Amino acid sequence: MVLNCRHVWDQISGYLDNTLDAAMRADVENHLAHCEICSAVLDSTRNILILTADDRVFELPLGYSERLHARLAEAILKGPPPEVKGSS
Amino acid sequence: MIAAILSGDHQLFHELIRPYERSVYRMALSLLKNEAEAEDAAQEAFLKAYRNLARFRSEARFSTWLITIVLNEARSRLRRSQSALTDSIDDGREDPVAPAQLTDWREIPSQSLERSEIRTLLRRALLALPLAYREVFILRELEERSVDETAEALGITQASVKMRLHRARLKLQKQLAPQLKSAVRAPRRRFSWF
Repeated sequence: MVLNCRHVWDQISGYLDNTLDAAMRADVENHLAHCEICSAVLDSTRNILILTADDRVFELPLGYSERLHARLAEAILKGPPPEVKGSS
Repeated sequence: MIAAILSGDHQLFHELIRPYERSVYRMALSLLKNEAEAEDAAQEAFLKAYRNLARFRSEARFSTWLITIVLNEARSRLRRSQSALTDSIDDGREDPVAPAQLTDWREIPSQSLERSEIRTLLRRALLALPLAYREVFILRELEERSVDETAEALGITQASVKMRLHRARLKLQKQLAPQLKSAVRAPRRRFSWF
């Protein structure tokens, strides 16, 4: 099937996650082979996903871990986890 | 390890949660958008996990259980502070998101994240996503949870996870691709007259 650009955009996630069936994947690849815009959409989306998943985007605040474990230590000193009761 | 903690070795809880410190904070921050509040919510989530450890069922994944606790914690804080939970998303509705249409893309390498303005661009775009998309995006892309785990943690269907993730990705591409393209390729202005 010949796909237009909008159809290809709808399939971008499936293409990236490799969840398209073989026929659809081939159709998307045929389109990508001659469409500069859709190729750039695919490449930029893939690139942006790699960048956003990088740990440097959301850095932990300085001292976060120390403060967390200090607060936990207080709670642990106060007593063991209740056996079954307790609110969530 | 959980059995050992419940049998009396309570200090082991520190070790149990160490691998999840970042995930829980990041999840809280992505919902609350405020570092101090996210840290407090993350601490509260770990405390709740400790207090409710006996309720944890071993057939579930500990990390998924923790994520559920921090999601509930952050959502209840949002409910208390404002009506941010009301940005309604209809997964069945036609809501086509058109990506930014570029004619070329030169890969932006991960080294560009050394620049704080690039990190800020990415963070802002992520935090600007509608809450329902943001939750799915963080779980799938940053925490690398499966579609099933994401659906379970959020209490939505797998189809909704896929739809929201797709829309989140295209929204991010639409906003970020032009910004990153110009930010990374902007010529150095210093001494440009030479």
